[in-house]
Amino acid sequence: MSIEVKVPTFPESVADGTLVAWHKKPGEAVMRDEVIADVETDKVVFEIPAPQDGMLETIHVAVGATVLSGQLLATINASEGAMAKAVKPVAETSSSATEAQLAAPGTPPKVADDDKVMPAARKLISEHGLSAADIRGTGKDGRILKEDVQRHINGEGVSTVAMAVASGARSEKRVPMTRLRKTIATRLVDAQHTAAILTTFNEVNMQPVMDLRNQYKDLFEKKHGVRMGFMSFFVRAAVEALKRFPEINASIDGDDIVYHGYYDVGIAVGSPRGLVVPILRDAEDMSIADIESNIRDFGARAKDGKLSIEELTGGTFSITNGGVFGSLLSTPILNPPQSAILGMHKVEDRPIAENGQVVIRPMMYLALSYDHRIVDGKEAVQFLVTIKELVEDPARILLDI
Amino acid sequence: MSKEFDVIVIGAGPGGYVAAIRAAQLGLKTACIDAWVDSNNKPSPGGTCLNVGCIPSKAMIESSEMYEKAHHELASHGVKVSGVQLDLQTMLARKNQVVKDLTSGVSALFMANKITFFHGVGKLLAGKNVEFTAHGVQAAEILSGKNIIIATGSTPKAWPGAEFDHKLICDSTDALEFDEVPKRLGLIGAGVIALELGSVWRRLGSEVTLLKSRPGLLPDADPDVAAEAQKQFDAQGLKFVMGAKISKVEAKAKLVHVTYAGENGKEQTEKFDKLIVAVGRTPNSDVAAAEAGLKVNDRGFIEVDDYCRTNVPGVYAIGDVVRGPMLAHKASEEGVVVAEIIAGHKALPVDLATVPSVIYTHPEIAWVGKNEAELKKAGVNYNVGTFPFNANGRARALGNTVGFVKILADAKTDRILGVHIIGPQASESVAQAKIAMEFKASAEDLAMTMFAHPTLSEAVHEAALSVDGRAIHAVQKKKRK
Repeated sequence: MSIEVKVPTFPESVADGTLVAWHKKPGEAVMRDEVIADVETDKVVFEIPAPQDGMLETIHVAVGATVLSGQLLATINASEGAMAKAVKPVAETSSSATEAQLAAPGTPPKVADDDKVMPAARKLISEHGLSAADIRGTGKDGRILKEDVQRHINGEGVSTVAMAVASGARSEKRVPMTRLRKTIATRLVDAQHTAAILTTFNEVNMQPVMDLRNQYKDLFEKKHGVRMGFMSFFVRAAVEALKRFPEINASIDGDDIVYHGYYDVGIAVGSPRGLVVPILRDAEDMSIADIESNIRDFGARAKDGKLSIEELTGGTFSITNGGVFGSLLSTPILNPPQSAILGMHKVEDRPIAENGQVVIRPMMYLALSYDHRIVDGKEAVQFLVTIKELVEDPARILLDI
Repeated sequence: MSKEFDVIVIGAGPGGYVAAIRAAQLGLKTACIDAWVDSNNKPSPGGTCLNVGCIPSKAMIESSEMYEKAHHELASHGVKVSGVQLDLQTMLARKNQVVKDLTSGVSALFMANKITFFHGVGKLLAGKNVEFTAHGVQAAEILSGKNIIIATGSTPKAWPGAEFDHKLICDSTDALEFDEVPKRLGLIGAGVIALELGSVWRRLGSEVTLLKSRPGLLPDADPDVAAEAQKQFDAQGLKFVMGAKISKVEAKAKLVHVTYAGENGKEQTEKFDKLIVAVGRTPNSDVAAAEAGLKVNDRGFIEVDDYCRTNVPGVYAIGDVVRGPMLAHKASEEGVVVAEIIAGHKALPVDLATVPSVIYTHPEIAWVGKNEAELKKAGVNYNVGTFPFNANGRARALGNTVGFVKILADAKTDRILGVHIIGPQASESVAQAKIAMEFKASAEDLAMTMFAHPTLSEAVHEAALSVDGRAIHAVQKKKRK
């Protein structure tokens, strides 16, 4: 009985994916729910599980190939005979398995005569039915080495070592963009092209929030098991401000403006794969502690590429904190189709005038980039002032004033 | 008025002359300054390598091996000879002719490439000016270069308290000119130069003793290779005193007295007809005047980066006068890289980790890359493949079956990390290893390559197969899956 393993249905926003690794070889035994392959999309890595126990019979897609929703990836033979014959992953590949693999049609070696491939690499490419064109060579003049093919098979090809070529002091290296990087690049340029982006600035005195934090941080951590950060205050303040300025929580869809009656706030998180923006759903219903623990969880999972597509799509407003990297001031770029994004920055002791006196206060610059097509300057400025006032006097959040 | 050049190379050794030729090929107006003179007081470009190093020593090695073969080996091939005699004068004259042919070849190449040759001493001044003093002339002139390449090489180190008198206490240069075979020859040092020269004179009849201050032969070689070499040299009758603490070196009327304590700690005085001091070489870094501002480290090497650039922009230094092994081929490669950088090419630095090393003893020893001790120390997981020459058909036919090829490859990636050869023509076979490593080849790449039969190189092929436990002409412990 043959069972087909297909690419799962991607969300609408995801066009296609790349098969980045096979964890099993043809002829090997697979267990139900065991991950047999990884498919990387613009946003996350999908782990493809085996639907049933059996023997991995045929691999239809080579590592590096582009795959679509529903595409056939592999066939698993779930008959008892096949399972008995199947090689346990720890065992060495038997000669019969090798023959079966070689005899399987549809996987001729894809190495052209003029491809620069070392002999053992050529053999390995042929054995695995790969294409030399998909493998990055790190050898002399970009030759593909045996170890490049090994890395490719193990799915380590994404972060290949770059070769440095230098003339005197001037060196440069060329590294192919990852899918994630390519997506970021395309989206950012699209945002610049479609929206009329404008940025307004303000600054906020962080003393009250810091005092509050100093007073309650131990108690807070003890009760909620999560550290009390600044981000949660800004999320709460932003939600309050969004309620008062609905255009900023709206988006353009064709010739219509869609006002969202919910507040899904995207939080930009750095990950080794690039910037991702997981969404706090219904942030208006979240407590400070909920927000903190969610953000913490996002950060940890972003690091492992384990955020789900659902967690990364949608969102009605975004917050980005360049301050964690030391940014004093920046102009964030919109995350379409959202109409605005709040930029937080680093807290810095600065002299300011307060009641006619020069005093030192922990200050933070705020930036709000907005789509001028639907948000007017007056609203944008007032929105940012609202956030400032709420953060400078957190009690107002409680009192809704 | 000063003479102006795109490139002035100081020194015409294997670093300097190669740099000059490459620079000229690339259309740069090039000058080369060299002070070397032959016995007729004529210029003799080629540096230590051609004049008193690599080339003449190899000529003497070949001749002395002929002599030894005539004595001991020809009979086993069914060639009867009698009355074999040594004509040392002819042997030395032949060697001198080999040198002369090659140095005049360098002069011819200079002319053909339109390189202006200045015979004399060059000194780097400030502002990329070079003070040139022609050989046998007092007055100096100033040459100015847009770029300067310093390739002044190195000179043999003396033993502290025993300056070279070049009659009894000799350096490697003198050791190629002995006009009679010393009965008892002492050497301080047991490195490449000492082993090669000691072997030459042993074959010609000397009793040879090598005094080495540190224990262990060939510490830079692979441990297995060093052990095999020790076994062979012992069998040949080279006498080694390891861990010798030399307290006194004294040249008397006709003999050199060397007082030392061996490993047992007992002090003794041994008399030699000649003593060769071969304890390393000192870089000739006094090429620059103070005002040139050239940075020289405390060991006397001119400081350079990976691209052989000194701290003075436009001034480069290559070869023995900078870091890295003191080897002619390393100097030549650096010369090419520097010339290309000057011409605006994108040049890659010389990979100092894979400079091949060769020792022209019998058997020859050669290696490239890391040895097993280094890999162990670095905690690298590796596979070993070895193949003995006594299982190689060509070696058998030659009657030269000592030694083996050993290949070390990364356990995970199979990348070749080091190749170590002791045996016939090791100096030639190591080039195959270097080519493979230049292309970052895996052991399997070598294993998949067809080698002509019967050749000594097949031992390299078999060793590569042996990395995966599948050498054909050896019984492999590890069975192929």
